[in-house]
Amino acid sequence: MGYTITEKLFSRVSGRPNVISGDIITFTPDWSMANDATAHISIDLYRSEYGKECVKLPERSVLIIDHNVPADSPSTAWVHKKMRNFAIEQGMLLYDAKGICHQIMIENHVAAGQIIVGCDSHSCTYGAIGAFGGGIGCTDIVYLWKTGELWWYVPESICIELIGGVKEPVTARDVILAIIGQLGPDAAIGRVMEFTGVGVHNMSIPERIVLCNMAVEGGAVCGIVEPDEKVISFLPGRPHQFFKSDADARYYSSYSINLNGLDPMIACPHSMENIVPVSRVEGLSINQAFIGSCNNGRIEDLRAAAKVLKGNKVKKAVRLVISPASINIYRQALQEGLIDIFLEAGAQVLNPSCSTCWGGCTGLVGDGERLISTGTRNFKGRSGSHKSEIYLASAITTAVSAIEGVITCPVKE
Amino acid sequence: MPSKRIINISGRIWKFGDNIDTDIIMPVKYLSLSSIGEMSQYAFEPLIPDFHTKIQPGDILVGGENWGCGSSREQAAAVLKILQIGAVIAKSFARIFYRNAFTNGLCLIGQPGLVDSVKDGDKICIDLINSTIQIDNQSTTYNFSPLSSMMYDLLNAGGLIPYMQKVNSPNR
Amino acid sequence: MGNTITEKIIALKSEQKKVNPGEFHQIKVDRVMIHDLFGPFVIQQFRKMGFKKVWDPTRVVFIFDHLVPANTIEAARHFQEIFNFADKMNISNVFEAEGICHQIMPEKGFVYPGDVIMGTDSHTCTYGAFGSFSTGIGYTEMAAILGTGEIWVKVPETILFKLSGKLPSGVDAKDIILKIIGDIGTDGATYKTMEFCGDGIAGLTMSERMTICNMAVEAGAKNGIIPVDKTTSSYYYQYSLSTDKYLTISSDDDDAVCHSTYEYDLSKLEPMVSCPHTVGNVKPVSKVSGYKIHQAFLGSCTNGRLEDLRIAASIIRGRRINPQVRFIVTPASRKIYREAIREGLVQILIDSGAIVTHPGCGLCAGNGGIIGDGERMISSNNRNYIGRMGSKDSEVFLGSPATVAASALTGYIVDPREFIR
Repeated sequence: MGYTITEKLFSRVSGRPNVISGDIITFTPDWSMANDATAHISIDLYRSEYGKECVKLPERSVLIIDHNVPADSPSTAWVHKKMRNFAIEQGMLLYDAKGICHQIMIENHVAAGQIIVGCDSHSCTYGAIGAFGGGIGCTDIVYLWKTGELWWYVPESICIELIGGVKEPVTARDVILAIIGQLGPDAAIGRVMEFTGVGVHNMSIPERIVLCNMAVEGGAVCGIVEPDEKVISFLPGRPHQFFKSDADARYYSSYSINLNGLDPMIACPHSMENIVPVSRVEGLSINQAFIGSCNNGRIEDLRAAAKVLKGNKVKKAVRLVISPASINIYRQALQEGLIDIFLEAGAQVLNPSCSTCWGGCTGLVGDGERLISTGTRNFKGRSGSHKSEIYLASAITTAVSAIEGVITCPVKE
Repeated sequence: MPSKRIINISGRIWKFGDNIDTDIIMPVKYLSLSSIGEMSQYAFEPLIPDFHTKIQPGDILVGGENWGCGSSREQAAAVLKILQIGAVIAKSFARIFYRNAFTNGLCLIGQPGLVDSVKDGDKICIDLINSTIQIDNQSTTYNFSPLSSMMYDLLNAGGLIPYMQKVNSPNR
Repeated sequence: MGNTITEKIIALKSEQKKVNPGEFHQIKVDRVMIHDLFGPFVIQQFRKMGFKKVWDPTRVVFIFDHLVPANTIEAARHFQEIFNFADKMNISNVFEAEGICHQIMPEKGFVYPGDVIMGTDSHTCTYGAFGSFSTGIGYTEMAAILGTGEIWVKVPETILFKLSGKLPSGVDAKDIILKIIGDIGTDGATYKTMEFCGDGIAGLTMSERMTICNMAVEAGAKNGIIPVDKTTSSYYYQYSLSTDKYLTISSDDDDAVCHSTYEYDLSKLEPMVSCPHTVGNVKPVSKVSGYKIHQAFLGSCTNGRLEDLRIAASIIRGRRINPQVRFIVTPASRKIYREAIREGLVQILIDSGAIVTHPGCGLCAGNGGIIGDGERMISSNNRNYIGRMGSKDSEVFLGSPATVAASALTGYIVDPREFIR
């Protein structure tokens, strides 16, 4: 009997052969990550339980300030200060306002074959590199900091085979929306979404990141793609270790999705149950458009948006907010002239941060407003007022809509 | 123009220091709340949290130099009116705040000597006709420069809004 | 006996031959500026007053800057109400996310010498740099202007600041105005005009003049003003506008009666810093050098211009920000942001470890970059009031762009002259 890539990864970290889904194992993750949404709670808990005692593996423990950047209130400033002090005291790695945690982790740490846990649900992103990423709670990480270990319930996997492919202006973002739309938001609850087939193997790493990042929106603990040579050229010099699912690996269920001829997709308020082709909701007026987040704030997304925006102007009374996912991406965009294109088009270019997608700090929407966003979630109130509406779409659809002032499908009949 | 003239203002003293700026009177983070009433709950928050629960209508604020320096935010004057502050007496006032106060029908009195000889809770009476101030249990009478007629008119009108309403009234 | 520049403008706009300090006059307003934070309040008061029409929609400018990018749910309501009102009143000058009002007003051509400009912001006094009479007012008075086109003013006395000489390297306009405020105090010019003149002023750029007039209100002044000269003319010339008819002579040269006169030799100035928690607490930077900082801020209507970013970038180029310091840079306008990109300044700032945010009031209006308990910041803006940009237990020091940039490098407040290349 064969094993899934996920089972093999847990087998590696637990040092036990033949780990299968359903096993509960104890292991040392390759990396742990906490960000300023919750790290202060963990730090307080750690201090009250263990005082000044040392974190077991500080060199594998990462703290990232990305949600409320720059600090918007004395209380968030205080959270940041607490994280800086804790990182210095414990010798942990700290990234202060350098970008969104998952982008930072991939740019700097994640390697194929690793298991990474993070106090953030979108830790599932790391599967794009051939690693396993899982979200944990802020108490779990306290235990991990102290002991260097964590328990895990090895998840089953569902196999999603992607057939064919998409062409611009349809993107990986539309693919993952289509997948979640087809499977429903709870098809993968507690399981891993393993993406296979030519459709995913033809994708670039950034495209795979887009897929895996939103696996959690389909209920999955992780999205994962079998690593290949693209991983090495994307992240050269990392200690990659490739694991592949066996041909006879056991999956909870299997799906086959044909990407050929896929329409641009959009998730309508207020959950992932409402995913439809963009053409279905065309013409709805918008107040704000957002391009960014750990899902769609990479250079490829910015290039796609810039291509649309170049020589055009954002519609009057519509705010187009753009936040590159990291300072490296911002720098790249600057050098390629994209930032200037955005500014010329009338966009607001924010410093790299979670911004509108997190909805706690900046780029917020108000009562009765409609937002089209490349963020990860369209829950009620996610980006500001609970009386606002969020539509999730690709960077291209979002940019086109910002110019038109209404939700607009980038593919014309 | 004024229908009734304000002659006396009396109340209980709250004492402050120099340079009470507009960020103290009305912190910026509350300025986008939808009403002055809501904002008034945060008046003086950096200095006296829950100020609005501690004051009584008619209380009189007494401060030092340069009261109201800083922003043009009219909310800093408007919240004091909403909180039914009787008047503000200070050694000196910042310019924009001074205008904004009378615009809102809030009386300001410039008086350099008084603040150093009063304490919180003292009872005080301002006589606008004779431009004098009397404090309970003190024999001293404090004089101040009379309000200019523009200010006195605004005060009696209840602020610039009623003043302009009369101007715009069809029966004018 | 002559008149001060401010008196002349008030006389002209009140249709009097001559006005004298202390008199009350009703004057015509040439332009008004209303920003997003107070827009809805102006509109509400305008309605309460019973007005139906704006006196002249072409003279009204709305600018979104305090709430941009929106950091509260309420911000959106402000934007909507202003858009609705502007549409109804045929006001076409609404600027969304273009930058800070006091930068946008001159940048978009709404500020002219000799004009009377009123704004719902205390730093409206900035436009005195262009020889206009401009000052900040409350939202109710603004509503009255929208209805009538007029406002009452009490003619201010003028304090004359005669500046001579040339600034030494590493000392700039911010140091001049900090020095002056330190000398005369935060109420040293209450209800008065601060007029800056002399060959020292003649040698300053428009950007530097804006920095000086911008902070007049921090000394309590009603307005700051600088005589129109060749520098002013060439500023307008680049926009193909003539200022010939506005050429004014300083109150000093016109033998006007001034309240008092101060003289400064700019060549003797050193970098100055305003210490917590009042702008008047000014000291030479040497007195506080070595104070550890946690954050540095370069931006605001005082010092967020291209010239300021150039100064900072020239100091920072090829160096790294101290790892314990956050350096936040907010260009004052979209135009400045784009020019800074074109000149490579943004690249230099980013490479050094700075964060560049979208143009707007930013931290100076309490947006991103708030500092926490026990933290200290060096900042290029205009106010260091308790709690304005951080917790009640934080400290803000105000300095020039050079002082801010040099301090960001070292991690403590430092004299920037050591870093000038």
